[in-house]
Amino acid sequence: MTSDTQLFKPREWVALAILAAIILIVIPIGVDTFRLNLVGKYLTYAFVAIGLVLCWGLGGILSLGQGIFFGLGGYCMAMFLKLEASTPEATKIQSTPGIPDFMDWNQITELPFWWQPFHSLSFTLVAIVAVPAIFAYIIGAAMFKRRVGGVYFAIITQAVAAILTILIIGQQGYTGGVNGITDLRTLLGWDIRTDDAKTVLYFVNAVLLIACLVAAQFVRVSKFGRLLVAMRDREDRVRFSGYDVANFKIFIFCLAAAFSAIGGAMFTLQVGFMSPSFVGIVPSIEMVIFCAVGGRMSLFGAVYGALLVNFAKTTFSESFPELWLFAMGGLFIAVVMAFPNGLAGVFRDHVEPALLKLAQRLPLWRAGGVPLSSSAK
Amino acid sequence: MIGDYTFGEFTSILAMQGFAGLSLFSVFVLMALGLAIIFGQMGVINMAHGEFMILGAYVTYLCSHLVTTYVPVLFPVYFFAAMVLAFCASFSLGVLVEWALIRHLYRRPLDTLLATWGLSLILQQVYRSVFGAREVGVTLPDWMMGSVALTDMIEIPINGLFVMGLTILIAFGVYLMMARSTFGKQVRAVLQNRVMAGAVGINTKRVDRLTFGLGCGIAGIAGAAFTMIGSTGPTAGQLYIVDTFLVVVFGGAGSLIGTIASAFTISQAQSTMEFFMSGSMAKVLTLLTVVGILMLRPQGLFTLNIRR
Repeated sequence: MTSDTQLFKPREWVALAILAAIILIVIPIGVDTFRLNLVGKYLTYAFVAIGLVLCWGLGGILSLGQGIFFGLGGYCMAMFLKLEASTPEATKIQSTPGIPDFMDWNQITELPFWWQPFHSLSFTLVAIVAVPAIFAYIIGAAMFKRRVGGVYFAIITQAVAAILTILIIGQQGYTGGVNGITDLRTLLGWDIRTDDAKTVLYFVNAVLLIACLVAAQFVRVSKFGRLLVAMRDREDRVRFSGYDVANFKIFIFCLAAAFSAIGGAMFTLQVGFMSPSFVGIVPSIEMVIFCAVGGRMSLFGAVYGALLVNFAKTTFSESFPELWLFAMGGLFIAVVMAFPNGLAGVFRDHVEPALLKLAQRLPLWRAGGVPLSSSAK
Repeated sequence: MIGDYTFGEFTSILAMQGFAGLSLFSVFVLMALGLAIIFGQMGVINMAHGEFMILGAYVTYLCSHLVTTYVPVLFPVYFFAAMVLAFCASFSLGVLVEWALIRHLYRRPLDTLLATWGLSLILQQVYRSVFGAREVGVTLPDWMMGSVALTDMIEIPINGLFVMGLTILIAFGVYLMMARSTFGKQVRAVLQNRVMAGAVGINTKRVDRLTFGLGCGIAGIAGAAFTMIGSTGPTAGQLYIVDTFLVVVFGGAGSLIGTIASAFTISQAQSTMEFFMSGSMAKVLTLLTVVGILMLRPQGLFTLNIRR
């Protein structure tokens, strides 16, 4: 019998190995650089989905504003890259050389003070995680300390996402407006637009994703993870047991925000721009569906969910653009009505027992004496 | 700000912006009334509410189109028929949706949010396929065009006034129905104690279905009113859904008076500020204030003490 506090149970080690093999070996071998870049983009959403599994699946806090954090992380990265691309030499045709092109178009003659620190890569790397986490802390502290939760939290986060989008679009001179921050070229002199760079970035992204997954699993199996589940199911009892429920909620919300932000930063690096269309309400809700399709309780499911939904989205919208919204809408309804535990639930209830039954027929496994029948949970 | 204008000009500006805000207010109130019933009374988060509104708007558009083509004589009064039809269309769709979708999800409010979001995507695509992606507008009868000059500086558009009157009428009607009619009493009984309501012989499932349908139907009327202040496109509803939810939450879910008061505050604040700064900043400031107040007072402006 394995202990419950182990980081990964044997079966989960297999799942991790399979996932790592798929995203580190099978996909890079199987597809060309263009498609690899696309898969890398999908995987950046998996960061958000992992955060949502912690926050929503375990903690029961549905945030409809993960796009905020994805966007903040992405914008931090984009600001650094944009400043690097806007050297005085590269922008000498502007009326004010040395500032990003969109500022020049909007008659801004000086770099705003809050852009200044983004000249430094180390500051940027800290900011990518810190800015969204602090922002999440403010929202979380204001809401959870007052015991606002559930539906109200969802609506407020959604409103914040809407506000941020309107703000970014409205403040064109400082943020690049509706087009976002585009035309990003190099990272410390290294051209991120070449095929080689894209391949390298894909692997960086994949390794980061697995690291986040392991970190999330660590949180999940820890005592804190158990408290989260307890809070989701019976918040009052946890509170009466002497735990400070609000702080746990704030922490998990900030952690989910930080994961999303890493995803956002990797998105900017791989796709080469960041725009408000990844911040608002629609993308934020789509991110929830990645998590829901994968299974809101399953970290591995979240990654597969993000991959599958995005793959379906690209395929559908390339070949049948009218059908895509029907498919997406149907997916939302189907996941809620028929598969509340998503792909992971289907796998656990149908695929895994079948596999195990098959495995038990093989003499090798029977000899091993692994307690396979205890697979119900 | 006042420095550039005389006091008289300033009050006129405020008055004009205030009346411009009234049209927005009307749509907010009608949208939010429906949502307050569905969300406040039933606890269902209907993200497709905007699409129910747009259904009403498209029905109005169809009416205007059909009437001008076939019976132009009736054109001056078509709007009243359109409103009734808009209500019926949204009501029927609402009842259908409740039967097919919502009734399975009453205990899982966050899931109703996701499912109705899916529904809203599907409806948007249906509108796009049927009516085209381009925005459509309705032609208003002559008597609704133009404006009334109150003083030489203040002019009020007639259609705005008409929508206003309509809104007051409907809000009053909804209030009467909820407070006085048998149906309203049943709705409130089910809300307060579902089991007991069932025990005294109220068909709670039927009440649920009709309540949801009613909320959607009012959204349909909001759609009819919406055609007067904006053009109707497949995704127009989505633009209003967050604002409407904020209106309902800000007013205190479950309180009709609160809903109206908060719709008034939000629309007026936005419309007045729009004069002094860009529209987007006005909206950002309004929403930020609302979110800020909600963080301090999560239960909203007006609350009923409801035992759940």
